[in-house]
Amino acid sequence: MTDAASPPAAAPASPTENAVEMTGVSYGYDASRLVLRGIDMTISRGKVVAIMGGSGCGKTTILRLIGGQLRPQAGRVLVAGQSVPDLDRDALFALRRKIGMLFQFGALFTDMTVFENIAFALREHTNLPNELVRDLVLMKLNAVGLRGTAELRPAELSGGMARRIALARAIALDPMLMLYDEPFAGLDPISLGVVGQLIRELNDALGITSVVVTHDVYESLKIVDYLYFVSEGRIIAQGTPEQVKASQDPFVRQFVDGAPDGPVPFHYPARPYSDELAAYAS
Amino acid sequence: MPADTIASGLRRIGAGAIKAVTRVGFSARFFMVVLSRTPDAFRRGRLTMREIYFAGVLSLVIIMVSGLFVGMVLGLQGYDSLNKYGAGDSLGVFVGLSLVRELGPVVAGLLFASRAGSAITAEIGLMKTTEQLSAMEMMAVDPLARIVAPRFWGGVISMPLLAALFSVMGVFGAYLVGVRLIGLDSGAFWGNMRAAIEFWPDITNGIIKSVVFGVAVSLIAVFEGYDAKPTAEGVSSATTRTVVGASLAILALDFILTVFMFRGIGG
Amino acid sequence: MNRTAMDLWVGIFVAIGLAAIVFLALKVGNLTSLNTVPSYRLEARFDNIGGLKMRAPVKAAGVVVGRVDGIRLDAKTYEAVVALKIDNGYQFTKDTIASILTSGLLGEVYIGLDAGGDTVMLADGATIGKTQSAVVLEKLIGQFLFDKAGSGAAK
Repeated sequence: MTDAASPPAAAPASPTENAVEMTGVSYGYDASRLVLRGIDMTISRGKVVAIMGGSGCGKTTILRLIGGQLRPQAGRVLVAGQSVPDLDRDALFALRRKIGMLFQFGALFTDMTVFENIAFALREHTNLPNELVRDLVLMKLNAVGLRGTAELRPAELSGGMARRIALARAIALDPMLMLYDEPFAGLDPISLGVVGQLIRELNDALGITSVVVTHDVYESLKIVDYLYFVSEGRIIAQGTPEQVKASQDPFVRQFVDGAPDGPVPFHYPARPYSDELAAYAS
Repeated sequence: MPADTIASGLRRIGAGAIKAVTRVGFSARFFMVVLSRTPDAFRRGRLTMREIYFAGVLSLVIIMVSGLFVGMVLGLQGYDSLNKYGAGDSLGVFVGLSLVRELGPVVAGLLFASRAGSAITAEIGLMKTTEQLSAMEMMAVDPLARIVAPRFWGGVISMPLLAALFSVMGVFGAYLVGVRLIGLDSGAFWGNMRAAIEFWPDITNGIIKSVVFGVAVSLIAVFEGYDAKPTAEGVSSATTRTVVGASLAILALDFILTVFMFRGIGG
Repeated sequence: MNRTAMDLWVGIFVAIGLAAIVFLALKVGNLTSLNTVPSYRLEARFDNIGGLKMRAPVKAAGVVVGRVDGIRLDAKTYEAVVALKIDNGYQFTKDTIASILTSGLLGEVYIGLDAGGDTVMLADGATIGKTQSAVVLEKLIGQFLFDKAGSGAAK
């Protein structure tokens, strides 16, 4: 794996410590149906890493395991050296204050204005005076280019704008780790470019680590340092953007090329066609 | 084969029963957790105040108008029957007792469950569907403390006040019908009522009932919202479950409480 | 809905709600009546108490002066022994008569006290000497029919 230019190490902990480490992680809603089997993943500080795969393959589950919303049936999940499933409620909340998450479609609080949404974490977790909170909120809004929307309500925002506001909200407390759940889903081409650029620039400017769950190959290859491909609960391929583009792995090729049929079949399993058509029924 | 269908039918009933009992247990645990978040709900008084507004103030119109109509109907029907025994002057007693002991808490409770209970369930369910609760969790803010507990206490505080207002409007409605319309003696109306209704046990038991109903409705409303399936139909069926479940709970609790409270009457 | 407006409405709501409770207590119920007034006990024995119940009022000249505090049967004399709780403010003479009366045709049963002219007052725990039992409707009707039959036969 070729190293991208290493960003300034802003984290106070040991610079060799990985931001996220998952070893042998398995998870399932019940024991018989495992969504993830034996996942091994290492995400170094300062990197932007993409987790790709088809719908329903467990990508979002990985984010929830990192954030401590789910507990793995097996394996270890380490975030900044701490084992997430073993944390008690206070320690988990302390860890979450250092993690920012961008949810699919934003998940903005609909009963508050844009300003109040971004100020939420600041007001809940700090005792900063109102003027300082106001300045910080405006700074975050400016970073995503939407300073003028401060008094609007989420219902009045377009999809792309809501996504960027949610991003501003996620970085309100200057987290050390950013998790993105399908940040590109449903956006127009301009917004796609904007969001992708913001993810990369914020990661480098703030010296943080970013994990992006997505199935948008084009945007990912433009901005990430490393990719993991997940299918049916396992990691079946990984590498840098150059390695992925040159890969001959059939799954990676089907994904990158967007081919309808390949290792991920076009047809949902069913009986042979000739058996089902009335004209051929015996 | 009949044996198979019977067996599978029994299995389904058994599974359904186990699921129902598990749900009851889960909701009991949920109740404990919500109660434990009470200090947080009141530390930021504004949170609970906002919920009292949405649950209580916005229910004022329907409660008071319904109370007025129920009182007027009680006045008409009551007078019709009482007059046959020459006891028309006891209309105040009849209406007052009915409202304070039973109709006030129960009908106000049912209306509250339909209006405020369903709104609470829909709101929480919608926040769950749009991942707002999840987002709050990931921002290290406990949604049970910030969203659920204030709504629970908003309901519990609003309920007794609404029940009392219902009863007052009902008595006023009966007064309008009995004294103004039919022409009963105002003094007899109020005097007999005052003589027959005691603070203890009638009014205090009515207040206790409305508090119990408030707890039941609010608990069911927040639980169904929090437990709803995060889809459009999930939220809609959760809302239905709140209204139906809370209404049945009110009627069942009313029976139990009445047996305990008014057992001495007639003895 | 800004904050001050919401605060105002919540304040109004809580205020009228509490006012409704107070109104019910005072105007609809009878909270101001004697619940925690100091009192003393008297006893009265009756052959038949009729429909007298616990906590029934004790009235003198139509004014409520106390409540029935206990009803039991004397196993030896087969009389009903009724305990009365009378307010300290009212004293009754030793020759007071206690009667079981009904207010109106369908009204509740209560105990009426008629004070006499004795100079000595009943003390705490004393027994009222003269009592009048309840009028049992069946016996009254039976008496009436008996009289009627008697006067009819005499003609």
